[in-house]
Amino acid sequence: MDYVVLLKQVPDLAEELEIDADGTGLDREWMSFVASEWDEYALEEALHLRDASGGTVTCLALGVEAGAVDELLATGLARGADRVVKVGSYEQNPDSHTAAAAFASALGSVKHDLVLTGVQAIDDLDGQVGPLVATLLGHPHVSVVTHIAVAAGGSSVTVHQEYAGGVVGEFEVDLPAVLGVQTSREAPRYAPVSRVRQLMKTATIESLEAGTPGTGSGLTIESMSVPESGTTAEMITGNPGAIAERIAAILAERGITGGGAR
Amino acid sequence: MSGEILVVVEHRDGAILDTTHELLGRASALAAQGGGATVAVLLGSGVAGLAGSLSASRVLVVEDPGLESFSPSAYQAALVPIIKERAPDLVLVANSGPGMDVAAGLSAALGLPLAAYAVDVTLEGGSPLVTCQLYAGKIQAKVRFTGGRGIVTVVAGSFAPGTGGSPAVEQVAAGASDARIRFKGLLKPEAGDVDITRESVLVSVGRGIGEQDNLELVEALAAALGGAVSSSRPIADAGWLPRTRQVGKSGLKVKPKVYIALGISGAPEHLEGMRGAELIIAVNSDARAPIFSVAHYGAVADLLDVVPALTAKLGS
Ligand SMILES: Cc1cc2nc3c(=O)[nH]c(=O)nc-3n(C[C@H](O)[C@H](O)[C@H](O)COP(=O)(O)OP(=O)(O)OC[C@H]3O[C@@H](n4cnc5c(N)ncnc54)[C@H](O)[C@@H]3O)c2cc1C
Ligand SMILES: Nc1ncnc2c1ncn2[C@@H]1O[C@H](COP(=O)(O)O)[C@@H](O)[C@H]1O
Repeated sequence: MDYVVLLKQVPDLAEELEIDADGTGLDREWMSFVASEWDEYALEEALHLRDASGGTVTCLALGVEAGAVDELLATGLARGADRVVKVGSYEQNPDSHTAAAAFASALGSVKHDLVLTGVQAIDDLDGQVGPLVATLLGHPHVSVVTHIAVAAGGSSVTVHQEYAGGVVGEFEVDLPAVLGVQTSREAPRYAPVSRVRQLMKTATIESLEAGTPGTGSGLTIESMSVPESGTTAEMITGNPGAIAERIAAILAERGITGGGAR
Repeated sequence: MSGEILVVVEHRDGAILDTTHELLGRASALAAQGGGATVAVLLGSGVAGLAGSLSASRVLVVEDPGLESFSPSAYQAALVPIIKERAPDLVLVANSGPGMDVAAGLSAALGLPLAAYAVDVTLEGGSPLVTCQLYAGKIQAKVRFTGGRGIVTVVAGSFAPGTGGSPAVEQVAAGASDARIRFKGLLKPEAGDVDITRESVLVSVGRGIGEQDNLELVEALAAALGGAVSSSRPIADAGWLPRTRQVGKSGLKVKPKVYIALGISGAPEHLEGMRGAELIIAVNSDARAPIFSVAHYGAVADLLDVVPALTAKLGS
């Protein structure tokens, strides 16, 4: 089984996001990037499945200048990927449709039975890359996957798609296929920073062309804004003791007091 | 926009999902404003009986054994020819797991643009203006389809449900099938120790708790209030609390009297499950956390300081 994992970086939400002067994008000057959380689960699942029953894991990422793609891919190698490939070259992360067209083109020359992506990323405006890539390649796809088991013989997988209330649908999926991973069975394995640094110097990061770009997202962004938060909320200020006192008073107004009374 | 607004119906276990009624509610309003018609597409097997409850002008029922339950490949194969033929101005899909599959699959198959994570769709200047959430709710973008037409996936709880309507029901033969994804069954979780949908006070904890050991502080507060502890998804993923305590899109929808959100950022998938609470109090160290946009009271503070102080205050 040959597994391919699509990895990307997204802006770090721990930092404040600012809107650019145009009012239609983010101000990227001070932006810092982190690996997209769900991609880490996708990679962990691929490594787990390969370790359990053999095969290879290849990580693909777009060659985006902003952020640190080499570090992202070196981290993939440090975690245990067999091969890492940068696709195309871009100044910024492109829209999902452009990314999907690039990955579909690259996957034409990267052997794959199962392509795993993160279920979503926080920066996608025009939909999830997984089903877009799948449809461009003519593969079936399942989103919000919480469990993957490869059938004996390796021609299909059984997966769980998660719904509300913890209910899941079980599906049998013919390979090759694309899955959007929601969570991994184990926490993503750790990659020592020293190993990542070393691999950034010594490892081979292959490159592939992105092919002809698609038509893009087909969306026009009129404006971007930071939603006013706390405009409806009454904000409580003061030290923790004062905050606690005020919250206790708010609860008491509603007849909820201490002592565990229901 | 005077053409059709097409709504992809989602149903499970023989019942139409709330999100479908919400999509139909907005679709009808848009159709009334723009002069178009609302068309719901109901895929399934033996589901014609559900069509009458849909508030649309027309319901297209496609019945096929391969559509008995949702399958991404079967749905996509069945929907592509319908959308090609009718060429609706707007296709509305819920931003659920199946919705993500269907909407992005259709976008690629039909070359129609897709606006995802929408919380609002209006008609302005005669064409749709879609408000989308980005960056876990920290940014909103207003977008238009460059060519005027497109697909929108809508976050649950964004619109009031549609009511009434006696649609014209039309049976349509399935144009194509694709059985590469076969539905095997629905698996339901075992009941939990506590039913958080029945609690009137929920003390809900997110990744801001930092360490599992800190849960004790939150348990103590919940005990003092006579409530229960619930959580965001990462806490359940980490196994710190059972999945049955999770609030949100893939967890449970709760409407307690009081919901105290501690160290929860307020991602759209979380808000979906708790925005209906009567009173929401949020404590978060980030003043820009989206949870403050649904809270009634908020405090920008370290929960590890506030929680013990509040428990102590309640005990005295
Ligand atoms: C298909 C799908 C379904 C999902 N379903 C759900 C669901 O059902 N429920 C759900 O919750 N999520 C769900 N998610 C995940 C969701 O997108 C978010 O990732 C998740 O809600 C984030 O949880 P959080 O707020 O606890 O963590 P984070 O977003 O990491 O937020 C932690 C917050 O804690 C604050 N903080 C940190 N330290 C402190 C401190 N000492 N004191 C006070 N505040 C502090 C930070 O400022 C931050 O705002 C789903 C995602 C997908 C893709
Ligand atoms: N620019 C990109 N580079 C690499 N992987 C990507 C990129 N965009 C999307 N992906 C993959 O697709 C998943 C879903 O992303 P998105 O469609 O942006 O929500 C991500 O988690 C990645 O696995």
